[in-house]
Amino acid sequence: MSRAITFLTRRRGGRGWHWTDVFIWTWLIGGLIVMFGPALWLVMSSFKSPAQLAEFPPTLLPYATEQVMVEGYDKPLNLFTAKLPDGTTKVMAEVRRIGIVSQLVDPEEPGEIVKVNIADREPVRQVHFATENYTEPFEHFDFLQYLKNSVFVTVIATLITLLTNSMAAFALSKYQFRGRNFVLLLIVGTLMVPLSVLLVPLYSVISAVGLFDSLWGVILPTVATPTGVFLLRQYMLTIPDELIDAARMDNASEWQIYWRIILPLAAPALAVLAIFSVVWRWNDFLWPLVVLSRKELYTLQVGLNTYAGELNVQWHFILAMTVVTMIPVVLVFVFLQRYITAGIAGTGLK
Amino acid sequence: MSAGASLSSRIGAALAAPIGWLAAIIDAPLKIWQRATGTTGMAAFFLAPNMLIFGVFVLAPFVINFFYSTTSGNAFFLSDRTYVGAEQYARLLDCGSYLDTSTCREDLFWNAVHNTGLFVLLQVSLLIVVSMITALILNREIVGRSFWRAVFFFPVLLSPVVVGLIWKWILQRQGLLNSVLFQFGYEPTEWLTDRFWAFAAGITVSVWAHMGFFTLILLAGLQAIPRDLYEAAEMDGTKPGRMFWRITLPMLMPNLLVVIILALIRAVQIFDEVYVLTGGGPGTSTLYLTQYIYEVGFASLLRNPGLAAAASILMGAVLVVLTLVQLQIGRRNEKKGARE
Amino acid sequence: MKVKISIVGAMAAALMGSSAAFAGDVRVMWYSDGVEGEVIKDILDRFQKDNPDIKITLDNVAYKVVQEQLPIQLESGQGPDIARVTNIKELANHWLDMRPMLSDPKYWDDNFGSTANWMRPDGSDAITGFMTQLTLTGGFANKTLFEQAGVAIPGEKATWDEWVEAGAQVAKSQSLPAAFAIDRSGHRISGPNVSYGANYIAADGAPAKVDDGVKTFGGKLVQWVADGKMLKETWVAAAGSTYRAAAEDFINAQIPFYYSGSWQVSNLSSKIGDNFDWVATGSPCGTAGCSGLKGGAALVAIKYTKNPTDVVKVMEYLSREEIVKEFSERTLFLPAHKGVVDKGGLKWVSQDKNVPAAMDAFVKAAGQTLPNADALPSWKWSNAYYGALVTRLSQVMAGEMKIDDAWARIDQDIADKVAQAK
Repeated sequence: MSRAITFLTRRRGGRGWHWTDVFIWTWLIGGLIVMFGPALWLVMSSFKSPAQLAEFPPTLLPYATEQVMVEGYDKPLNLFTAKLPDGTTKVMAEVRRIGIVSQLVDPEEPGEIVKVNIADREPVRQVHFATENYTEPFEHFDFLQYLKNSVFVTVIATLITLLTNSMAAFALSKYQFRGRNFVLLLIVGTLMVPLSVLLVPLYSVISAVGLFDSLWGVILPTVATPTGVFLLRQYMLTIPDELIDAARMDNASEWQIYWRIILPLAAPALAVLAIFSVVWRWNDFLWPLVVLSRKELYTLQVGLNTYAGELNVQWHFILAMTVVTMIPVVLVFVFLQRYITAGIAGTGLK
Repeated sequence: MSAGASLSSRIGAALAAPIGWLAAIIDAPLKIWQRATGTTGMAAFFLAPNMLIFGVFVLAPFVINFFYSTTSGNAFFLSDRTYVGAEQYARLLDCGSYLDTSTCREDLFWNAVHNTGLFVLLQVSLLIVVSMITALILNREIVGRSFWRAVFFFPVLLSPVVVGLIWKWILQRQGLLNSVLFQFGYEPTEWLTDRFWAFAAGITVSVWAHMGFFTLILLAGLQAIPRDLYEAAEMDGTKPGRMFWRITLPMLMPNLLVVIILALIRAVQIFDEVYVLTGGGPGTSTLYLTQYIYEVGFASLLRNPGLAAAASILMGAVLVVLTLVQLQIGRRNEKKGARE
Repeated sequence: MKVKISIVGAMAAALMGSSAAFAGDVRVMWYSDGVEGEVIKDILDRFQKDNPDIKITLDNVAYKVVQEQLPIQLESGQGPDIARVTNIKELANHWLDMRPMLSDPKYWDDNFGSTANWMRPDGSDAITGFMTQLTLTGGFANKTLFEQAGVAIPGEKATWDEWVEAGAQVAKSQSLPAAFAIDRSGHRISGPNVSYGANYIAADGAPAKVDDGVKTFGGKLVQWVADGKMLKETWVAAAGSTYRAAAEDFINAQIPFYYSGSWQVSNLSSKIGDNFDWVATGSPCGTAGCSGLKGGAALVAIKYTKNPTDVVKVMEYLSREEIVKEFSERTLFLPAHKGVVDKGGLKWVSQDKNVPAAMDAFVKAAGQTLPNADALPSWKWSNAYYGALVTRLSQVMAGEMKIDDAWARIDQDIADKVAQAK
């Protein structure tokens, strides 16, 4: 195979650069910037102070203006290199800034306030990571509690999903019974109407069943994923029937067949479903928001939304917390990513 | 990567024993069930948990939703609502001209329909093209392939709220994009408050967020195409472009069909990330069907759950028709291909 | 199926119950504009010390949750035991009538009687709760920006046009993005609408069609957005009746004039600090007057609570004169308690020298409201009107609809809402 590949690539431009090579590398590098760039920007911004966030144009790295204690002022003042009205340039401390006028004093001789246009001054800056954006919310914000809830929901939901979806997929792929196609059609059919549209009816079902305002009410409606059943079924169709027939002849029970043969063979597809389930449940936002009413049951995403309340938009905390909610999913991906292509390829989506 | 593998296999090994016991315990009663009901009975058993949950939490709301759409009023419980037959549907479909939303009784609904239609057309096309190109590129022997695969798949991991927030942060009047343009001397543009740009931003952001998923599906399909087909074509002197149309595309067709269907379904249901990005504005230029249904059914001060239910049934019906049409086209293509 | 679900629902609710299932548990749903969350927690902690058998849980949620999720919870018979709500009239059917359980109903009638109709169905005499504050819509001006631009702050009788002109001059001189901003809310623009002669309520109590007052001020708003005088993002960057406040832009000194209301005082004071001087300006004048709109949030007891006796105890504690006084002073809210208001002498807890002046300005402006505006908080179709106004006007501002079509649509939206409730 590699000979064919070298054969193919050699035909295109040989040792030189063919236009397809240029295109490919442009696409890849461009993809890197476009895909990772915004996330990088998010992480960088999450370390900035609120004042810096309101700046335009914004800087890439988080800076903080150097500060100094000046006699006669309680709080430390920011330092600027300013062009004074008399033409000289000096490092001054800013008392306040309003609109386009900055009021500066000499840090050594704080007496007279000099008014300078903000265009004529540059802050004296150093790189500073405002890590308090990450630590402060922990104090106001029951972060650990929300994290616990998110982990509980994600893990339990994924386990239930894997079990029930694989059982159903097994039934739908390896058994012939009346109504099989009808069941399949039913499952795929409900893919057509998303949950956000069924909020009110689902809400009444949840109330009727008594699961309102509980984590189980968050978990159960989400585990019978049509995509999961579909994916697993496609994969199981590729498992040869002879294996199953042989096991039956060896007097294995159906449950043993499922447990000992089907599940291990379907491992790559299960891994894919596990990854997707983790990503979906971790990022679920609308349904937990609707079902949960007690604060101590909130998941991370719902808690984050509370933080982004209309009246009190505190961007620096929101950005930091957003980064934190991203981390676990990225970790799961890094550990399990090799399964993804194998699993999807194995489903032989035909 | 190897550290992760050994960790996960160690966790797997640790969990294997108790899980094995559990499975063995379940085996005994199930053998009895099997003896009593035969293999069909076992099929029912396997199907049962999923279908039970499905029935209660997916199907039941679906059906209730249908009943909701035949009622009106503000009450929450179905039994307290007034039956009005197909009135909500009549209201939704009441239009002077379907192309001019200002003649419609429910102009917001038709705005949402037009927006969604245009969005689906543009976004799915862009998504397919971008995913296809990326899959073709990733299919080649390039350095660090799994790294590049992760790069394009990365946004799929992010929650829609995060995606919306990130891009809102970049595109707002004082955001990153404007500041980069500012350095080059351009005036800051209103990316999110101009009707054309907000719409374009919605398309771009959702393509950004989802292309990784479809790229992987297409890549799996590409990797399943046997190399000797290409080799044979090479020896016949076929040009690369022709190889794509004659070999790659037909072999990829089943995967591509799945991608198109899934992408279409998702595009019609678009909500989370654009809702965070533009909230449906400016005006209603990024108001899509799902947001309309959510607001009218749930969140708006002018709530009307019956109308929202009717709209959701219509949306579901359109999706079913679309999917069936595509499946038919796919089947016809397969037959044509088989004949050739 | 329909009957079965409601029976099952009732049984399930009775048997399993939700949040405050056990005696002694009281759950309070609260939202904060400023520091009220901390203040109420402090007060409730003191109550718990004196009443250790009652366990109070305070849920500090986003305003959006109270606006969007709570109504659905209430509709399905769920929800907290006590909630701080602004949609008090529209949801009045869900509030608990505490009158039979109160130890001194007369105290409530005397001190909260004037606003009691805002939070109970028409014609009822229920006591469902009390206003945590009285709010009044009104403007804020960035005094320092005006000074720097050399523009005089318009006087008491200044009209909307004069204010916007002055703001535009300041914006031009100081390179600001807009002359003024107003929150994206039908409630906010209703005071100015009334100042131009609008009356939402027809003779029979049903909603009236959009009249000249609304058309005048609404038309002005659209024109100001087109001219770039009004900050576009607030109204244009959302759809439907979603609420958006422009407070951040005022706090960042991006706009010289901001029309919002008295509940912002605490928020502005803590965020602005001494970055610049600001004043409360009352409401600019229209042809009929200089009216703002009264309102406020109420703390109400929910009908579906499992624990009415404890809920009443908590409410009686929180409504005591000295508690109301303390709450108002610390949160910088105007009290709704007649006794507190009459006695006067509130010592606002704030180091900010802008605060007392602002509070006084609002108290003064409270006397300027027009009758058409005063009728709105107790009118059950107010929210329908507000929602329709904001949805359609923002479409016009985004260039999606002509303003004349908008008026017809607003009337239609409101009529639909009225028809639906029957």
